[in-house]
Amino acid sequence: MVTSQDIRQILATNEALAPVAEQIGDDDSLFDRGLDSFGSVQLMLTLEERFGIEFPDEFLTRKSFASIAAIRETVATVLRPKAA
Amino acid sequence: MSTVAQRGQRAAAVAALHADSVDRDGRFPLEAVTALKAERLLGLQIPSQFGGEGAGLREIADLCSTLGQACSSAAMVFAMHHIKVASLVAHGLDSAWHCHLMERIAREQLLVASSTTEAGIGGDLRTSFCAVETTGSVFALGKDASVISYGTQADLILATARRHPEAAGSDQVLVALFADQISLERKTVWDTLGMRGTCSDGFRLEARDIAVEQILPKPFAEIAAQSMLASSHLLWSSVWFGIANSAVDRARTFVQAEARRQPGQVPPTALRLAEVSNTLQAMRAAIVSALRRYEDAQGDADTIGSIGFSVMLNNLKTTASEMAVDIVQRALSIVGLAGYKNGTPFSLGRPLRDILSAPLMIGNDRILANTAKLLLVQKGGGQLMSA
Repeated sequence: MVTSQDIRQILATNEALAPVAEQIGDDDSLFDRGLDSFGSVQLMLTLEERFGIEFPDEFLTRKSFASIAAIRETVATVLRPKAA
Repeated sequence: MSTVAQRGQRAAAVAALHADSVDRDGRFPLEAVTALKAERLLGLQIPSQFGGEGAGLREIADLCSTLGQACSSAAMVFAMHHIKVASLVAHGLDSAWHCHLMERIAREQLLVASSTTEAGIGGDLRTSFCAVETTGSVFALGKDASVISYGTQADLILATARRHPEAAGSDQVLVALFADQISLERKTVWDTLGMRGTCSDGFRLEARDIAVEQILPKPFAEIAAQSMLASSHLLWSSVWFGIANSAVDRARTFVQAEARRQPGQVPPTALRLAEVSNTLQAMRAAIVSALRRYEDAQGDADTIGSIGFSVMLNNLKTTASEMAVDIVQRALSIVGLAGYKNGTPFSLGRPLRDILSAPLMIGNDRILANTAKLLLVQKGGGQLMSA
């Protein structure tokens, strides 16, 4: 089970988002808060490492990582087959 | 009624007439831009409800190539203008002010320039020092713009800045500033090896009492990712293709003249021509396939903003820029001294100096470094026809 707080903790380690990580609401756009393409790559890598997963190419879009809620959904989707 | 291609040909004919003087004097290609305005080619991309022709990037790319064969500077000015217009079309539809601006661009054939580069930051599009300072319904902006191509000739400048003085460097907005709303104090002069007519001087830009409506509502991060990256690499590459194509045309004419002088023999240079036409075809294929992928995406933000798409566009830029330099150099080696000399029908000095800018415009190393980061997460296994 992935919680918003798990994601927020990971965002706090991201250079672009660290200063504002705690104030980001679940549905706020991370790109509006300063996440750029490099930052999103770093974020994807951190998530892959933290949850022991690999995001397939079709998940590597802005939408999949646009907000805390979107990330939670993306991670849950990739985790699901493993749990089953 | 002329086709877009015919209108482009007529403007290119004017550009070609003045290309040498533009290059020699390092001056703005005024005659070419006046012809582009007369042919109403500056508003092509604007949607028809705003008085434009709703042209796609493919048509603009074709025109960039046509102009590139005539005058590299005029072609690059046209490309840069349409890169900015592409951003307005993709991101300005939600803003009444920007819709009106698009109407004006189409009606008055306004020339749009870009100010992203800033002293101390260089070409890093996604970082700004300067910030919009808002007071009530107006804002002020001061920017050490170390490069604004055709800054003093443009009717409108789209400038990046931080959203407010406390915002992070990457939290940027794009503001539209009319020429009569700003002061530009020239700090550096664009005196370069090639692309001399883009007049990419450095300025101190000052704007005061500008209505906040002139700030594009979309964050610049999204504008950069979803329209600027794609349109820049696609249109620049098309200009470079035009330059390379015209160099190969000169080499071909030269080889054919040799062949006519020695009937029954294939001149040794013909083999070199075969090689370079091969490279030119590969360059064309790279650009056309990237343009097709862009059109297939039909503005879908997810596709265009995806890692795979960014890698593809980055690769196009580095590949096309290196191929173009290679092609022009090989054309010169075919033509020999007649190409090295100025003022012959085979002169290749100007195109060679111009094309050497291609790997440097957003340095290829910077782009490769960006791609390297993206590849840290991209997965492989694409199909031949779908990736």
